[in-house]
Amino acid sequence: MSKKTIIQKINQTEVKSVLMAGVGGQGILRASDILCMVMMEAGMDVKKSEVHGMAQRGGCVTSHVRYGSKVYSPIERKGNVDILLAFEKLESLRYLDYLKPDGRIIINELELYPPSVNLGDMTYPGHAIDLVKESFKTVKVVKAHEIAREAGNLRAENTALLGVLSQWLELEITLWEKILWEVFPKKVVDANLKAFHLGRAA
Amino acid sequence: MKVLMSGNEAIARGAYEWGIRFGVGYPGTPSTEILEEFSKYDGVYAEWAPNEKVALEVGIGAAVAGARALVTMKHVGVNVAADPLFTVSYTGTNGALVIITADDPSLHSSQNEQDNRNYAKFAKIPMLEPADSQEAKEFIKIAFALSEKFDTPVFLRTTTRVSHSKSVVIIEDPLPAEDKTEIRITPSKYVMVPAMARIRRLEVEKRMQALREYAETFGENRMEINSSEVGVITAGMPYNYTKDVFPEFSYLKLGLVHPLPERLIREFAAKVKILYVIEELDPFIEEQIRAMGIKVTGKDVFPFTNEFDPGVIETALKGKPPTTVKLPEVAIPPRPPNLCPGCPHRGLFHVLGKLKVFVAGDIGCYTLSFMKPLEGMHSCICMGASIGMAHGMSKALKEKGKGKVVGVIGDGTFLHSGITPLLNMAYNQGEAVIVICDNRTTAMTGMQEHPATGYTLQGVKAKELDISALAKVLGIDNVRVIDPYDIKNTRDVMREELASPGSSVVISRRSCVLFKRHQTETRKPLRIDVNKCVGCRNCIGLGCPPIAWRKFADMPAGQVIKNAKKQEGNSFIDADLCTGCTICQQVCKVGAIVEVE
Repeated sequence: MSKKTIIQKINQTEVKSVLMAGVGGQGILRASDILCMVMMEAGMDVKKSEVHGMAQRGGCVTSHVRYGSKVYSPIERKGNVDILLAFEKLESLRYLDYLKPDGRIIINELELYPPSVNLGDMTYPGHAIDLVKESFKTVKVVKAHEIAREAGNLRAENTALLGVLSQWLELEITLWEKILWEVFPKKVVDANLKAFHLGRAA
Repeated sequence: MKVLMSGNEAIARGAYEWGIRFGVGYPGTPSTEILEEFSKYDGVYAEWAPNEKVALEVGIGAAVAGARALVTMKHVGVNVAADPLFTVSYTGTNGALVIITADDPSLHSSQNEQDNRNYAKFAKIPMLEPADSQEAKEFIKIAFALSEKFDTPVFLRTTTRVSHSKSVVIIEDPLPAEDKTEIRITPSKYVMVPAMARIRRLEVEKRMQALREYAETFGENRMEINSSEVGVITAGMPYNYTKDVFPEFSYLKLGLVHPLPERLIREFAAKVKILYVIEELDPFIEEQIRAMGIKVTGKDVFPFTNEFDPGVIETALKGKPPTTVKLPEVAIPPRPPNLCPGCPHRGLFHVLGKLKVFVAGDIGCYTLSFMKPLEGMHSCICMGASIGMAHGMSKALKEKGKGKVVGVIGDGTFLHSGITPLLNMAYNQGEAVIVICDNRTTAMTGMQEHPATGYTLQGVKAKELDISALAKVLGIDNVRVIDPYDIKNTRDVMREELASPGSSVVISRRSCVLFKRHQTETRKPLRIDVNKCVGCRNCIGLGCPPIAWRKFADMPAGQVIKNAKKQEGNSFIDADLCTGCTICQQVCKVGAIVEVE
């Protein structure tokens, strides 16, 4: 698909959005950077927003990515996100109110315990995926750490999840490959490309 | 060329493109990356100052010498820099001086959410406010041009959302940097004794009048006329939020938020039937428009607190949209930020939390130790407050406070604004114990250099301040150095110093676990030996992310190994996260924590 047809497919005023959510240290900001660059490569306007600083270590991390022919706000309002990409099971629950009624969800089947669970004060909602499925029709569950391991680099979990996400975005694979080549150092680019392709096939 | 840039990166790029080659600042979220990025460009000189007051003074000096200087800080940093700020407004700048104030609505990473537009009005300094990265890059250039044209310091205000959002920026080739520096002696302009300051005071009013005129035709004070029903006056990021939900409205988007263009505002107000002012935090623009006698709706419908988003604006004007999806009703455990696995602060605050003392805290990662389960800190006001507060508290408590008051401050924060209060405490014969958590870097904002790290912002080897020698020179006789990975020694030294009369300083020295410079040893992760664990939860009390509690009730019966009568569960360590710091091993009374083979 050429750049022009991609833009034509998107309504002139329509802006689409992906919300990535997970835990500090999971590579969410990198993943959303890559998604933005791919969208730019496809000729779209794009904005993204996240919070750094005190929220960096062990806290929740979210990144909004919005794209279209002209984007104003870098953050999406509640009830309007098209795709939620949850890097962790519990975090998929936290942001459900951001989704459109027909919003789609990708969940990485990984449990990272927050302090209150470690202390035994609260229970980790192990049945998170079932709960999400009760509210939303399209839920895809993957084990990105296993994909990353198969690709030969445990840190490529975020690239694996981008591969899964790419199934739902109508973008030519060469756009993704070009950006992945650009952003990763030579040493790890092969593992990341592999993780991406395995994710795309998952 | 189009690139994806954060607002902060775009400010650095814009300054570089405009030929700016001098930058100074103090790190603070959300401003930090501006100077970091700027320092990497060719031919640039940039330095971290120990605090914002010094940074601004360095910038003023450079500007008076004829340079064009960029000064960066977060919103609360301007409080620290306020003293020189108010008077450089009188002297003017000779070269050029632009001060970035990065505000933090919603307090993502700050102790308050003050609206620094008030400083522009208070100090009589013009202020620009960009709405995205492309504007950030353009506005920094305009800021320098205004500074030169009007001989004034200029503010560029960002908010967290502008600083840390990324959007598409068209980058250009840099203009050649001109060196216009020379020594010019003009005391009437720069010696602010009353007789001369009174004269400069009049210049300030003339300058503000000229700027008000300039604002009327300034291209970035821009009208977008659509609807003749509803008009919005706004600036910065709220413009984007509003455009997103109400593209049909008319807009007056202000690039210059101080001073305001009165005639332009009147002209715009006359074009619409309903007028809104949409701004985060204080009714800064709204009050001034009301004072013009123009009817507007602002804070009567929009919140005073927190940052906006498109949803906030939509809800304020249309009411909450109905939700059609039934979301799961389940308690979602919160996930606050936490001290990292292996953080050296954990050992120290484990000890402090158990000493039954008041711990006056300060600003840094260690502030997180106020939370459960460590609960090792009892106040946090601003940078450097710990030492003065601990001293004041112990003086007020007299005998009741003996051995009961501790002040805790990080190495970076101590150098920022802890030296003078420590001098005060020594001078006035205080009784508190001050702990300097020396993790060898400015950890919280991402490992910036400071005067005790031995390197400058641009990586030049520098003099490495000896914090313990400094404390002694300030008049503290008892200076002890401990390793917070050694729990017993940490506890013993704290007890000794609390018991001894007079003031003392304990330097708790251990490099930040994420900072690689000083790390030589490799440590093995630890695990729980379930054949020994008695379920006492001592290790759980450290709040270390890899250590979790597992109830027997949730385990398959075959896995339950009981080693004590009332035991209800086991601890468990996630070896992938554990750094092997051994603090949990030291607090375990039954030797159940061992190295992973």
